[in-house]
Amino acid sequence: MVEGQIPIQEYQTGNTKHTWNIEKLLSAHKKLSEHSYTKGIVEKGYANRTLYVNLTTGEIKEKNVSEDMKHLFTGGRGFGLKLLWDSIKPTTRWNSEENELIITTGPLCGITQYPGSGKSLCLTVSPSTNIICDSNVGGFFGPYLKFAGFDALEIQGKAKKDVVIVIDGETGTVSIESAPLEETNSHLLSEQLTHIYASEDSDVSRQKVSIVSAGTGAEHSYWGCMNFSFYDIRRKVPRLKQAGRGGLGTVLRDKHVKAIVVKVETIDGVSNHPVDPDTLAMVGTKIHREIRDLDRFQCNMRSVGTAHLAEIMDAYDLLPTENYRFGSFPKAPRIYSPEFYKLFTKIIPDGCWHGCTMACAKTVDGYTVMTGPYKGQKVTVDGPEYETVGCGSNMSLWDPLWILEFNFYCDTYGIDTISAGTAIAYYMEMYEYGILNKERCDGLELCFGNGEAVLELLHRIAKGDTGEFIQTAAKGIRRVKDWLKKKNWGEPYLIEECGMESKGLEYSEYVTKESLAMQGGYGLTLKGPQHDEAWLIFMDMVNNQIPTFQDKAEALHYFPMWRTWFGLNGLCKLPWNDIEPENNAETDEPAKVPEHVQNYVDLFTAVTGVKVDKNELINQSERCYNWQRATNVWLGRGTRKDDWIPYRSMGPVTPLEYGSRMQRYDDQLVEKLGLKKEEVEKMSIEERIKELYRYRQDQYQKLADAVYYRRGWTPNGIPTPQKMKSLGFTDKKMLSMLQKKIDEDEKNGLNKWCGTYRGKEKPPSDIPRYWEKW
Amino acid sequence: MGITVNDKEYEFVKNETVSDLLQRLQFRFPLIIVRINGEFIPRKSYAETVVPKNATISVIHMISGG
Repeated sequence: MVEGQIPIQEYQTGNTKHTWNIEKLLSAHKKLSEHSYTKGIVEKGYANRTLYVNLTTGEIKEKNVSEDMKHLFTGGRGFGLKLLWDSIKPTTRWNSEENELIITTGPLCGITQYPGSGKSLCLTVSPSTNIICDSNVGGFFGPYLKFAGFDALEIQGKAKKDVVIVIDGETGTVSIESAPLEETNSHLLSEQLTHIYASEDSDVSRQKVSIVSAGTGAEHSYWGCMNFSFYDIRRKVPRLKQAGRGGLGTVLRDKHVKAIVVKVETIDGVSNHPVDPDTLAMVGTKIHREIRDLDRFQCNMRSVGTAHLAEIMDAYDLLPTENYRFGSFPKAPRIYSPEFYKLFTKIIPDGCWHGCTMACAKTVDGYTVMTGPYKGQKVTVDGPEYETVGCGSNMSLWDPLWILEFNFYCDTYGIDTISAGTAIAYYMEMYEYGILNKERCDGLELCFGNGEAVLELLHRIAKGDTGEFIQTAAKGIRRVKDWLKKKNWGEPYLIEECGMESKGLEYSEYVTKESLAMQGGYGLTLKGPQHDEAWLIFMDMVNNQIPTFQDKAEALHYFPMWRTWFGLNGLCKLPWNDIEPENNAETDEPAKVPEHVQNYVDLFTAVTGVKVDKNELINQSERCYNWQRATNVWLGRGTRKDDWIPYRSMGPVTPLEYGSRMQRYDDQLVEKLGLKKEEVEKMSIEERIKELYRYRQDQYQKLADAVYYRRGWTPNGIPTPQKMKSLGFTDKKMLSMLQKKIDEDEKNGLNKWCGTYRGKEKPPSDIPRYWEKW
Repeated sequence: MGITVNDKEYEFVKNETVSDLLQRLQFRFPLIIVRINGEFIPRKSYAETVVPKNATISVIHMISGG
């Protein structure tokens, strides 16, 4: 035990205690289907089989994982993409019978020697975007799924009534059981099921159970997240981490899955049976020491988690405030990390998987709920992480307690904080302009800063309120934009350009107006505007390291590929660059953190026995990245028009925004557009906004040109068959689909660059159908 | 004549240390690398290192976030 911590036996959360009638709950279960399997041993990081469950037919079966599948798709998100490709159709939508919900692991998932090694990757066709959404999540489920015998879980079809899927790694059985009496909301359901399925009435047994669930909010919105539990043996509560983005929880509840339970017989440091455990231990020890010695001088993750970013983003004008209108705010210090530090439980260590010394999963224990069905109860709140704090500033909530309240209810209702927070911030701006009002919002006074209204909206969504606004709002910004325009309640430009969504998914919490590369980091993505592909704001806006379109395109190639790699292997990104070796500054490419990249090379080889170098890690990612883009094309999207972003993410939409940074924008009109200072002074604010709008839209198109070319795609953003073949793909269905789409684009005149090139400026290539020459 | 930080011109301030400069520019991110005229400045020297006139300075913020 570390100095300052207290013994497990002595800690009390102070939470409201519940007594469950477990016998009654269990007696209502009816086994609908069961499958016995031979318990296997994980070898070199792979269980070498996946589990398929069809809820319509009750079929449960095992599928083999071939060497070819491992080579081409590596694992994790790659396996998920392959399984989806084999099971869905181009016409599949989120609620189609054949849509699948997939949870995968990855060959490095479940190692305990290196921090951040317990991630699950979840995939489905998203209700928000109608393309594949992938989302990563901590907690115990992923490692346990693998140690119970499976590299991935594939759920297809729909149950007639609420069921629980139970994967019992102790007995080697998988079953589908009806579960009518349990709670639906995650903080209670996880507790009930952990007690029901633990083999013995002990904390050690409860720790061997992990639950996936989504609450009533996921049933009634497109923002459904999936909660992954990890039983905290010190707090004696199942805590929750979220697979947040893209409506995975909505799909889970649409399939009438109340929960997925996995339990393991045993786990230890070598449950993956790595080929070289000594190297694992050596590399792990090195980074554990690094985190122990340096974190307090760097990001302070062990004390406050990612919440430390609030004060940094505020200082750099990047903290989204009042729906991204501003990047900093005088009240922001009220939600800086020291304010949350006061509330976090500090005396016991945190971490969402064993062996994670970064331990950024902070909690507030004994939090007294202020509103809704659990008002007055004391609960453990996981978080808030930076993104949730950023939602607070975006909605102009400057009280940490309102942010905790929002965090708690989003989690237990199974609602993604990012999508909900970003969307509500947009509704609040529309309310300010009178485009929405109390009557149009079904009685809610949804103005900036009204925490009670925010929570009331969540409660009404979770209850399935049938009000027109509540129903539409719960489907997210894209649907609300269409609704507002149809009602003719406001200027279409304002409605369209203020709403921070792209592809139908809400933005995460960074202001991107002054970083073109980060605009691409959000727009030129596979699933939509989530920062997990690339975070380039400092590199671009502050460091000025990537000044040309080619530089930015290179960054928008390398970093998305590198970050994809974590998702192929069941790893967390944070230990890569939220902690850095002491001498990182003196290396050739400090932004890539070369020593840590080498750690991952060593880890992959130590677990799988496959000898790789840093370039091969990028190749692994590139295969999956292109496969996912190609699948989006197959689903009818994945082209340039789908990479559209709202102008709020590029520049000032309103005179208020322009006026708030007038000097900056006026200077740019002179320096970037070549206008004379006197000319600018004579222009109205609206005219200045228009000039800047034209310029920045063109910049974005030029960026897209450069990025598509660098990624080996057509000017319309289609991965070419030549590129796919060079990556090793021979799937005829995929290759002919892409060729057909490219030929259609040719007929429709879409294989052309869209930037305006003047003078010495040139597009990425002058050669028509350049990809055919490769 | 001033100083250049990340290719942008700033006013020269006599006897300004690296710590002072970072504060002036509100560069408060903890993971940064400072080079003055190409020479790497260790973090522990920020408080004593004075920024010379006409200096070309790079303050590289490492990627973090999310």
